[in-house]
Amino acid sequence: MEINEMKKMTYRDAIRLGMTEEMRRDDDVIFLGEDIGLYGGAFGLSEGMLDEFGEARVMDTPITEAAIVGTAVGAAATGLRPVCEMMFMDFITLGMDALVNQGAKMHYMFGGQAAVPMVLRLPAGSGSGAGAQHSQSLEAWLCHVPGLKVVTPSTPAQAKGLIKAAIRDNNPVCFIEHKMLYKMEGLVPVDDEFTIEIGKTFVERPGKDVTIVTYGTLLHKAIEAAEFLAEEGIEVEIINPVTLYPMDMKPIVESVIKTGRLIVAHEASKTGGVGGEIVARVVESEAFDYLNAPIIRLGGLDVPIPYNKELEAAVVPQRNDFVHGVYRLLNRE
Amino acid sequence: MIELSEEILLRMYYKMNQARFFEEKVEDLFEKGLIYETTYLSKGEEATGVVSCLALEKGDLASLTHRGHSQAIGFGLDVNMMMAELLGKATGYCKGKGGSLHIADVENGNIGANGIVGGGFTLSCGAALTQKYKKTGKVVLCFAGDGATNEGSFHEALNLASVWKLPIVFLIENNLYGMSMPVSKHMNIENISDRSASYNIPGLTIDGTDFLEIYDVMTKSLRYARAGRGPVLVEAKTYRYNGHSSSDAQVYRNKEEVQKWQKKDPLLRFVNYLHENRVFTDKQIQTIEDEAKTSIEHAVEFAMESPEPEITTVLEDIYA
Repeated sequence: MEINEMKKMTYRDAIRLGMTEEMRRDDDVIFLGEDIGLYGGAFGLSEGMLDEFGEARVMDTPITEAAIVGTAVGAAATGLRPVCEMMFMDFITLGMDALVNQGAKMHYMFGGQAAVPMVLRLPAGSGSGAGAQHSQSLEAWLCHVPGLKVVTPSTPAQAKGLIKAAIRDNNPVCFIEHKMLYKMEGLVPVDDEFTIEIGKTFVERPGKDVTIVTYGTLLHKAIEAAEFLAEEGIEVEIINPVTLYPMDMKPIVESVIKTGRLIVAHEASKTGGVGGEIVARVVESEAFDYLNAPIIRLGGLDVPIPYNKELEAAVVPQRNDFVHGVYRLLNRE
Repeated sequence: MIELSEEILLRMYYKMNQARFFEEKVEDLFEKGLIYETTYLSKGEEATGVVSCLALEKGDLASLTHRGHSQAIGFGLDVNMMMAELLGKATGYCKGKGGSLHIADVENGNIGANGIVGGGFTLSCGAALTQKYKKTGKVVLCFAGDGATNEGSFHEALNLASVWKLPIVFLIENNLYGMSMPVSKHMNIENISDRSASYNIPGLTIDGTDFLEIYDVMTKSLRYARAGRGPVLVEAKTYRYNGHSSSDAQVYRNKEEVQKWQKKDPLLRFVNYLHENRVFTDKQIQTIEDEAKTSIEHAVEFAMESPEPEITTVLEDIYA
C-alpha cells in the first residue's frame, strides 16, 4: 500500500473509519452512546459498527448523558479507552459534572495518578433548522477547563486523523464535529497509521495581505472568500487552529507578523468566544507591533440559534462578511 | 449472628481505632491551624467505612465520599500518606494537590474521594464496566451519603448499573443529615433502600453502628454483584458526631441526640462484643488500641516532617 494513497469519502465516513481502525487496533477502545448500535447513530455515523464489534464494545445507553460521561471517566481511569457520542453537543450540558469536575481534573488533583483516556464526540453547530437546543457551538466552555483537550476537524482528512489521535491520547479529548460537514467529501489518507497531531495549528492557505483564523464551517466560507479575493489580487492567509485547547499560537503570530491584519471568526457566540482569546494572545505577543489595522472578530450573534432558515443564517458569519472584513482592513471599502 | 475469625476481628478493631484516632488528630491539627482546608470528619461512622471495606476481596475497587477518612483507612490506604495529604505535603497521596477531598490510590483500586456530592456514582459505573468488560471478577464499592441520593446522578447510575448488570455495591451511609437538612425534610421515604425498587435491584437497610451486620450484609451483597447478578443498594443508618464541616455550629440538632447515638458508638459496641465473647484479653485489646494510636501519631510526625511541594509542581500533571 502506498503511504500516500488517498480515498474520497465524506467527513462522517472518515470519523467512522478512524474509530473503526482504532477499535480494530486496540481492544480497550469501547464506544458508548444513545442509539449508536442497531440504529446506527442519530446521524448514521456508526452504521455497521455494531455488526463488526458487537454489543460488548458498541454499547447503546439509556438516555442518560450524565451517566454516559461519568461512566466513560470511570472506565478510562481504570483501564479502558472509551469513546462516547453525545447525540448533540448541546447535551454535554447534562454531563458537565463528570467532565469538568471529575474527568478533566482527576490526573492533576490526584497528583499524577490516573490517566483519563476518553473521547467525547460532540456534533455541533447550526444550519439544519434544529433550533436553539440542538445547534450550539459550546467550544469556549470546554476551552476554559484545564485538563481537557478540545479539537475540531474541518475536513474529512482531518476528521480521520484527529479522531484517531484523540483515541490514542491519554487525556479527555472533546472532539467537536460540525453536523453541516457530515456530507462534505474530500480525500482521506487510507493509511491506518495516519493521525493528526493534537496541539498543532495549520496554515490552510498561504497569503500575505490578511490573516484569517477560523475553523469548522467558517473555514470553508473563508476559503470561498479568499478565492473570490484572489481574483482581485488580494492574498489571504487562512489558518486553522485544529486544536482549540491548548492552542498552538505560533503559526498565528507568525502570520500576523507577515500580514499585519487579522480576522478571527467562529460560529459560536462572539461574547466569551475562542476568538477573543486568540485576539488577546496576538496582542500580547510580538505580533502587536506589526498590526496595521484593528483586529476584526466575526462571531455568532449573541442570541440563541433561531429556527427559521433566514434567521438562523443571519446569526452566523457568511462568506461576504469575510470579503467585507478584508476590504475594511485594506481600506478598500 | 455470624461468627468472625480472630484475625478479621483484630483487623477491624485496629482499623476502626485508627480511623477514630485519625479523626481526633485531624480535629486537633485543624484547631491548631495546621490544616488548610475545612475538614469533613467521619467520627461515628467508622464501622460503615472500615468494615464494609474489609468485606472486599483483593483487587476490588472503591469510590469514596467527601467524608472518606474511615473509608480510606478501611480500604487499606497508608495513614502516613493520608495525613501528609491533609497537610498539603509532597509525600501525600496527591503530592499536596488534592487534600482530604481527593485522596485517591488509583493503582490499588481506590478511584478517589470526591468533593462533589454524588460525584462517585457514575464513576463507579465506569470502573465496574471495566471489570465486566475485562472479566476481572472484581467489584466496585461505591460509598455515598443520604444527601447524595437526591442527586440526579444517583438515579442515572443505579439505572445504568441495573440494566447493564454492573458489579457494584452502592453503600449509602445515611447519617440522617444532608449538611443541616434532616432526612425527613429531604426525602419522603423512611428507608433509602426503598429506592432500589425503581431499578429492580436488591435494597437493604442495616444498622450502621453494628459491625457484624455490616460485614454480613456487605459480604453477601458483594458476592451477589461478583456473580454477575447486578448491583445492590445497601443503606446503613449511622451518625456523625462532628458537624458537617469544621465551620458547622450544629444549630439543627441538639446535644441529647448526639449523646443518644454515642451510646451505641460503633467502637463501644465492638469492644463490648470482644469482652462478652472473650475474643481477646483486656491486655490484648489495650495493645490493639495503643498500636492504632501510635500509628496515627507516627503519621502526624511523618506528615509534619515531610517537605512542602516544590512551587514548580503547580504546572505538573495537567495532562497525562
